Order: sequence, then structure tokens, then C-alpha cells
Amino acid sequence: MNIGMTSLARPLQDALRPAGIQAEHIGGLWNLTLGLCALVFLLIVAACVAALWIAPRADAGTAPNLDSLARPERRIWRVIGWSTGLATVGLLVLLAADVFTSRALARMPLQDAVNIELVGHMWWWEARYRDADPSREFTTANELHIPAGRPVVVTLRSNDVIHSLWIPNLHGKKDLIPGRTATLRLRADRPGTYRGQCAEFCGIEHAMMALLVEAEPAAAYEAWAARQRRPAAEPADALARRGREVFLSRSCVMCHTVSGTSANAKLGPDLTHLASRRTIASGMFPNNRGHLVGWIADPQSLKPGVNMPPNALPPDDLQALLAYLETLK
Amino acid sequence: MTVSGDTAQRALATWPDRSGPGLAPGDAYTLEQTWSDPPGIIGWFAAINHKTIAKRFMVTTFIFFLLGGLLALAIRLQLALPNGKVLGPDKYSQVFTMHGSTMMFLFAVPVMQAVATYLVPLMIGARSVAFPRMNAFAYWIFTMGGIMLYVAFFLDIGPDAGWFAYVPLSGPQYSPGKRVDFWAQMITYTELSALMEAIVLITTILKMRAPGMTLNRMPLFVWTILVTNFMVLFAMPAVMLASTALITDRLVGTHFYNPAEGGDALLWQHLFWFFGHPEVYLIFIPPLGFMSSIIATFSRRPVVGYPAMVLSVIATAFLAFGLWVHHMFATNLPELGKTFFTAASLMIAIPTSVQIFCWIATLWTGRINFKTPLLFVLAFFVILLLGGLTGLMLASVSLDYQLHDSYFVVAHLHYVLLGGAVFPLFGAFYYWFPKFTGRMLSERLGRWNFWLFFIGFNVAFFPMHVLGLQGMPRRVYTYPSEMGWDKLNLVATIGALTIALSMLLFIVNVLHSRRRGEIASSDPWGAGTLEWGVSSPPPMANFHVVPVVHGRYPLWQEAGTPRYVTGLANEWREVLITSVADAKVDHRLWLPSSTIWAFLSAVATTILFVGSIFTPWAVVWGAVPVAIAATLWFWPKHDIIERRVESELRP
Amino acid sequence: MSARDEKRDGRLLDDGRVLDISTLPTFAFGNRSPMWWGTMGLMAIEGTVFALTIMAYFYLRSHATKWPMSQFPPELIWGNLNTAIMLGSMIPNHYAKQAAERLDLKKTQFWMVVCMLVSIAFLGVRVLEFGALNTRWDSNAYGSVVWMLMALHTTHLITDAFDSGVLTVMTFTGLMEGKRYVDVSENAAYWYFVVLSWLPIYAVVYWGARF
Repeated sequence: MNIGMTSLARPLQDALRPAGIQAEHIGGLWNLTLGLCALVFLLIVAACVAALWIAPRADAGTAPNLDSLARPERRIWRVIGWSTGLATVGLLVLLAADVFTSRALARMPLQDAVNIELVGHMWWWEARYRDADPSREFTTANELHIPAGRPVVVTLRSNDVIHSLWIPNLHGKKDLIPGRTATLRLRADRPGTYRGQCAEFCGIEHAMMALLVEAEPAAAYEAWAARQRRPAAEPADALARRGREVFLSRSCVMCHTVSGTSANAKLGPDLTHLASRRTIASGMFPNNRGHLVGWIADPQSLKPGVNMPPNALPPDDLQALLAYLETLK
Repeated sequence: MTVSGDTAQRALATWPDRSGPGLAPGDAYTLEQTWSDPPGIIGWFAAINHKTIAKRFMVTTFIFFLLGGLLALAIRLQLALPNGKVLGPDKYSQVFTMHGSTMMFLFAVPVMQAVATYLVPLMIGARSVAFPRMNAFAYWIFTMGGIMLYVAFFLDIGPDAGWFAYVPLSGPQYSPGKRVDFWAQMITYTELSALMEAIVLITTILKMRAPGMTLNRMPLFVWTILVTNFMVLFAMPAVMLASTALITDRLVGTHFYNPAEGGDALLWQHLFWFFGHPEVYLIFIPPLGFMSSIIATFSRRPVVGYPAMVLSVIATAFLAFGLWVHHMFATNLPELGKTFFTAASLMIAIPTSVQIFCWIATLWTGRINFKTPLLFVLAFFVILLLGGLTGLMLASVSLDYQLHDSYFVVAHLHYVLLGGAVFPLFGAFYYWFPKFTGRMLSERLGRWNFWLFFIGFNVAFFPMHVLGLQGMPRRVYTYPSEMGWDKLNLVATIGALTIALSMLLFIVNVLHSRRRGEIASSDPWGAGTLEWGVSSPPPMANFHVVPVVHGRYPLWQEAGTPRYVTGLANEWREVLITSVADAKVDHRLWLPSSTIWAFLSAVATTILFVGSIFTPWAVVWGAVPVAIAATLWFWPKHDIIERRVESELRP
Repeated sequence: MSARDEKRDGRLLDDGRVLDISTLPTFAFGNRSPMWWGTMGLMAIEGTVFALTIMAYFYLRSHATKWPMSQFPPELIWGNLNTAIMLGSMIPNHYAKQAAERLDLKKTQFWMVVCMLVSIAFLGVRVLEFGALNTRWDSNAYGSVVWMLMALHTTHLITDAFDSGVLTVMTFTGLMEGKRYVDVSENAAYWYFVVLSWLPIYAVVYWGARF
């Protein structure tokens, strides 16, 4: 099975297309630095080419020129001195530009920020949306929705090894280090779907630890958040109800939470609103019946080493379970 | 101890009279016999002549380079297309870990020490290195460590946590089994080897230079080796401590890196990178010496600005110790601290710029002999330059937030390592191959080798800058097709295959030229430093007549008086010890003879190291054979002592 | 040229064109000898290891809320005793070095034997020190770094004692020559290093947990 969301529009995961203020600051620094470095490169290569052009040819038998051992070459030293001085000035410009950019990044306004606590796991992202009113908090996984134009403060912790959150269209990366808490402050200024990926090698399935960030207009975001706060809806039909029985009686409950039911384990992603997400397996596959069947039956064949065991279900149970999962919007 | 008549004849026939009339044939023969390696299989293991060991060392590191290259090809084949199925994720993790570990620990640092242990005595007018038995031991221990690592890999228990093995991933909880233990122990081996080589090279350079070779007259290459090996003394201990603490965390339950019991994951990063950043300069600084040697010879003039060149290398070495946190910018360290490291990381470009300007000035005011060694050296001015500039980009904290751990870094590190070290190293091989073997490498094949390598390299690695900016992280075993990364990955793979082809050409060139290459005189390039004053290959004793040096380019400059040294014995391995700054004669020393105990001590040490992967008690029991072997290494023979006491002259 | 000059500078022959060094000594002490430089290199390496380990101690301490972590600091008695023994060992070590540099076989033998007896003492007390650290290497990070400091230094005590033992035996087997006296002198220099490097480690292990 191929990974990716070929059925969906190409997700953005590109530092050269900033969609938020932090990525823009860094993008500006990039442009300045690229220009300066390209200029230096061309100058030095040109000097080298000129040197080779100007100097006459020789072979092993040509007598070496030892004048420099008798007389100091002051003119050459002066040129080198000035060139070095110029290089130093260029470096100072880069240093200043970096300091200014760092300051700009630190000064992003934080009023009315959305607070998300992200915990890195091998190999998925747990997200807990914080609120001043604890009853409005909710947990989800692998897909974040944020309001466009509002600051987002992401607190970063790790459950196991070092991971790194990188959503290049929105900001640079920050490591999730066990035993430490880090913070990333970002803001999406344009609505869109932005893809992020773990950027610190975290084991065998490091390549398969993506997350989607959906930046939405304020109303759409509030509607999404409101849905996320609600516990799982009561299944409407018998098949879905049977599916819930399957869920609650098999190993699913050992790892997953579905709020509103007795399943509240925290080892795997929260599935309360699984059907609202576009992908499964941390960005690996589109969230549809075909992929879900394969994932539930044998996740090891799709993402070897993942912590989820295979589940051999009789076909009826499987259909019922799928029907139930599809109600978890 | 016999030396083949052929070698002795050649030594006599090609010895040019640079310094004096040479030795009488009988004396020359005795001298050659004295310095030769013992014959036979046992003799092969007992050899300690520095050139013999150095050649083995160079060949061994080159084999690791090829193995590392094959691993790189595997990576590129896996990544050529999206959803690659060439390597599964577990195998891929092992392959990229082995690639990095091989290149960094088993090739890049050791090859520089290997070339140095061949050339330094010849460049300074010495007959040997200072501690020849330890030099041999360092080679054996390195080789055994490398073999151990590859045995583990071939048994599918190779390390898989990356070449810098961050904790907690590499710790006991998340890397169970022995994989990472083999990696950590390989560090112990290679770090021990490097430290011993450092002591050998520093002492050789400071105490065994020919009379008259003041520090101010030392070849720039020898300066780079001196500076590099001082760095080794202070950098290697950090990785030794880090890896030992990792081993104890994994094997006996210590908690250095376990946050739950007061340890810290970043302690590993600090210790590792305190070593790791200087390490890349251990790899970069000796090639700066290659550059100076080759540019001088092929511009037909001394390098511009000798004092500036020396001070630049020293400044680079010092600054290199102040940069390590730039590998940790994405962690939650305080921002102000990070900015300090940005400043330091930018500053280190200044001494390197000075060197680049001096070399360009040398070329500009010289007369150019366009041969293959120079071609490889010229590549530095494109490839290392570009890599250095992307380094400035990565030095900026804000930029690094986007670029860190992406393919941009992969591009950067390959540009600096290949441009700054491997290309000059190939230049060095083409330059000194005649000295090592007595034959010239083919110019024609050399040019093909060069151009395929240069073009292949840029095709392989330039696209990776773009891939990184387009969001591709490092160390991913595959990627989805809709990311838009496929084309550039395919291009990179084609470049990698081109590099492989160029390497094949190099091997063909070497194998062909060994037998049928043009015979080399003592100085085929018309160079100015002492190693070109002896035959190609050199006599076993290096210098039948030790020269007295009066300038930086003794073969180019007028000989002064006194011209040469007499009085060193031919019947035993006697060397001249001189003073540190001014190389005034000080005393003579009788160096030890060939011995099997260097090899056997390495075997005993290997048993200790490998055993301790499986049980901590191996440290205790394994120490016994090591102690015995080391003692027997050191234990003199009565008849030798008698002769020495007879010939003794007290200070 | 006087005989003294010849021993230092060699002889000029053939109108000054040839430098004859057959009048130079065949061994030398102190920083004239390559062995000294090798020993200094070793001190640089091991000194760096100790310094980094001590830094790791304070690094871990800076991240800890409580130090030592849930333990008592190490008992002072054996540490203090051993420090005294080690400092004392510098005396026979000094005399052994001096005797070697005077090429005095009898005195070298005597003082080396004394050094060996002292080394048995400090190795023995070191065992007692380990028992009195009040922490295990696997209790927590504090225990780990304390044991690492102690283990690193103990390794030096053991190897130094072994090296000295081999040299001592050699002085009795009629295998002494000029170069071996240089080895004895350098071994004594390394002994100084092992003792003096103990002082900061002692301060950190025994007192670092008391302030």
C-alpha cells in the first residue's frame, strides 16, 4: 500500500511558501542571507578563475619563484587584509540580521492565543487543547485545527524519545525532549492545510509521523472545536451499536479513548472524533474504509514496529466496527 | 631480518645527492636491513615501520570509505522513488547509521592520521615516528573496531540510532538488544586509536624534526597535523565519556541520560557535540595542509603568507571548540546563549577566508602546472566554499529553525566534508602516490575520475538543498509521492551513481598503475619539501643521510651549512632527537624493534571490549590478558639491553 | 669545541659541512625526552576526561531539585584517609624520580618498593571508599556520576600501580639502561598527576554534596 493522500489536494510542507508570520520572518532572513552568500560565492569563484587565467603555465621542471622568501609581498597582504575585512563586515551583517529576526520571532503578539499541549509519541502526535475553563478542554491526535489569524502557543513534551515538530509553512522546528517542556509560538495568516512532520529521528517509523494543521476562518474553527468537545454520539443504527460492542470488548480499549464510553486508555490516539480526521496512522493514509480495514487488521504490515498489534476480526465484526468508527465524527 | 636485494638496490640506485655523498653501499645495506620489517606471516603481524603501518592504514580506511559508499548507494536507491521498497524501515535505520558511522569514525578522521603517519617523518627529515610500536597498536585497534562493527551489521544487529545516537532513543529502554552497544564500543576503539596516534604525531613533530627545521620552517602540512592532533587530545575525551556513560546506562543501569532519575537527555548532546564539532575540524584541517602542499608545488612558488596560514589554522582549532551548541538550536536552551554560538560559528569563517585568499593569491602570482592533484584541490574552491556558505546559513538560529534536521543539512555536511576533505584527499593521493609506490597514476584516468566525481557530486547533493527547503526531513526511509520531492530525489540518485562510477575509475587507476604506471623519480612534481628528496618509494630508513634544514622549501632553496648529519648508527634503529622550537640537536635514541606484541595487545584489548558488551565482568577478566600482552610488549631482551648499555652515552 | 659543547651540539666536520652527532647522549630526562611529551599528552587526555566528568556532575546538579538525590553524602573518613595516603605517596615518588635521574640503581629500587607498598595501601582504602559512598551507581543520576568519577580515578590508580610494579621488577632483573631510568622518571611524573588530579575529584565527590 502506498503512503500519502493522493486523493486529496497536495498538502503544503514547504519553508519557501510562508503562510504565517513566523515563517515569513525566517523567509525574509533566508532571502537576505541567500543573496549575500550567492554574491560571495560568485566573487570568490571569479577570483579563482581569474587567478588561473592570469597565471602563466608551467610544468614540473619550471624553476620555482622564490622571491617571496627574500622580500615581503606587501601588496598581496594588503589585498588579503582588505578582503578579510570585507568578509568580516559581511559576517557582522549576518549576525545582526539573525539577532533582529530572533527578536521579531519572540515578539509575536500572544493575545487571545489558542493553547495546545502537544505530546510526542513513537510515532504519533497527541494534542490536548487547553482552556481557562477545564470543561472546554479536549484531546485529539495527529490533526490540529487552528483559527487563521490568531496566535497559537504549542507546548511541547515527549512521552518517550526526542521528537521535533516542524510545520515549515508556519514556523521553524522545535524539539520535544522527554523531561523538558518547550514552547513554539506560531500563527497561520492564511487558511489552508499545512503538513508537518517529525524532524528528529525517533526510531524505525520516524518517517511516518506526520501531522496535518488545518488553518480555518474563526467560525469554522469554533464549530470544529465545539464538535471536538462533545463526547462520542450515540450510534444511530444497530450495526454501529454492534460495532461499539466489538470496540469495547476487544483489545481496542487497552489503548484508546472514546469519551462517552468506558474506553479511556491513553496509550494510543484518542479516537472520539476519528471520523473527523482526514488521515490515519499519523498522516500515512487517507481516512477511508479501505485503509482502515487494512490498518485495523494488521498495522504491522503497513507500519512495522508500531505499537498497535494486529486484530484478526471475523468479517461481520469488522464491518460493524467500521460502521461504528464512521459515526465518531 | 633480511630485506630483498631488489629494494636495497633501488634504494642505492635512486638516492639523489641532495644533502651529501650518501652512505657507502655496505652501510646502506645494513641500515636498510635494520629498518625493515621482519619476513613471513609472523613478520607481517610484527611489522612496525611507520610507512608499512601507514600504507595498511590508508588501505583499510579506503576500504571503509568504499563500504560507506555502498551504503550510501543503498540509501539513494531506496530514496530514488517515492514509496521505495528497496530497504525496509529497520534495515534503512541500520544502513544510514552505518553510513554515517563508517564515514565519520572509520574513514574521515583515521585516513588523515594514516596519511600523516606516512608523510610527517619524511617531511621533517626523521627516520621514524616517535613511538612506532604504539603507532602499530593504534592501527590494529582501529581495524578490529571497524571489523567488529561490520560483523554486527552483517548479522543484522548493526546499530540503528543514527551516527550520533541521541538518547533516549539509543538508551536501554528504546534500543534494547546489542545494536547500540556495538556502536558505542566502536567509538571506544576508534577514539583510543585516534588518541594514541595523536600522541605519536605530536611527539614526532615536536621532538624529531631534522636539525635546523625550526617551527617557522616546518611545512604547512606538518602544522595542520600538529594542530589537529592537539585538538584530538581535548575533543576525543568528550565522546569517550559520553559513550562510556551510554554503555553503563545500557548495561549496568546508570541514569546519566534518564530524566526519570535525574539524568538529562541533553547531557548526551552537550558531551557528544563538544567532541562532534571539533571532530569535523579534525577532518577539515589536515586537508588544509594538503591544499598548501599541492598549491605550492603546482604554482611553482611558496604559499603566500606563511605566518597568516599558521595562525589561521591555530585560530580555527581554538574556535572549533566554541561552536558545539549550534547542533542544538532546536532544543529549549536559552535564546541568548544560542546567539553567542551563532557569533562564534560565523567568526570561524574568518580564518578560513584568510587561507582561501592566500591560496588564490598564490595561484594568481604563480605559474600553474595543471595536473590532476591540482584539479582536485581546485574543487575545494567551489564545493567547500558553497558548503561553508550554507554553514553560515545554518549558523543563524532563526534560519536553523527551518533548516535543521532537513535535507538542507545533509547537503551542507556533504559539501563541507567532501569539498573540504575528500576532494583534497584525492588530490593528495594523486600527488603522493608516486612517493608511496614508485609509480605515477594515469593522468588521463585521473581527469576522468575527477570530472565524474565533481559533476556526480554536485548532481547528487545540490538538489538536497532544495529538498530541505521544500520540507523533506532527514533520515526518512521513504516519502509520499504527492510531496513533490520525487524528481530531485531521482536526480540525486543519478548523481550518486556517477560518483560510484568515478570511484570505480579511481580503483582501476590504482590497480593498473601499481603494476604498469610510469616509474616515478624521487621528485616527479618538482616539489620543495623533504619527502621529495628521497627515492620513490623511500628507503626503509627514510633518510640514509639526515639533512640539515635551512629554509621552508629545502629542495628549492640553496643548501646551507652544515648540510647533513652523520653519526647515527646503522646497526640499530637510532634516531636523532632535537629541541622543540629550534630543532637544535639534543640526543640520540634507540627505537624498539618490530614486535608481535602490538598486534597481540590489540587482540587482547578487542576481547576485553567485545566481551564487555555482553558482561561488565569482562572488564575485569579481560584486563588480565591485556596487562600480560602490554607487559611483554614492553619487556626488553637481555642481549639488546647489553648492547644498549655498551653504546650508552650519559647526558 | 670543548667536550661539554660536543655533548650538547655535536661536532662540525669537513669545513663545517657535516654535523656529527655521535657525541650526543643516548638518552635524556625531562622535556628533552619524547617520553615526557607522550606522558604530557596522556595527562592532557585524562585531565580532560576528569574535567568533563566534573562538569557533568555540576550540570546534573544544576537540573536537580535535591542534591544528593535522596541520599546522604559520602562518608568522609575513608576519603580523607586515602587523600592523605596519596599525598604522602608523593614523597617516595619524588625520591624515586630523583634517584632515577641520578642513575642510582640502589636508591631507585628502594624508593620504587616503597611506592609499591604505599600503592597497596591506597588501593585497599579505595575499596573501603566505594563501600562508604552512600549511593549506588544505579540509584539515580547523582549516584551514577559519583561512581563514574570514582571509577575513572580508580582505573588510573590501578594502571599506575601496575606500571610502577612492572618497572620496579625491572630494576631488580638487571635490565636497567639509561632509557629505563627515563621511564621511571616519567612514571613518577604520571604518579604526581594521578595524585593531584584526585584532589578536585575528592572535593567534588565528598564536598560537592555538602554545599
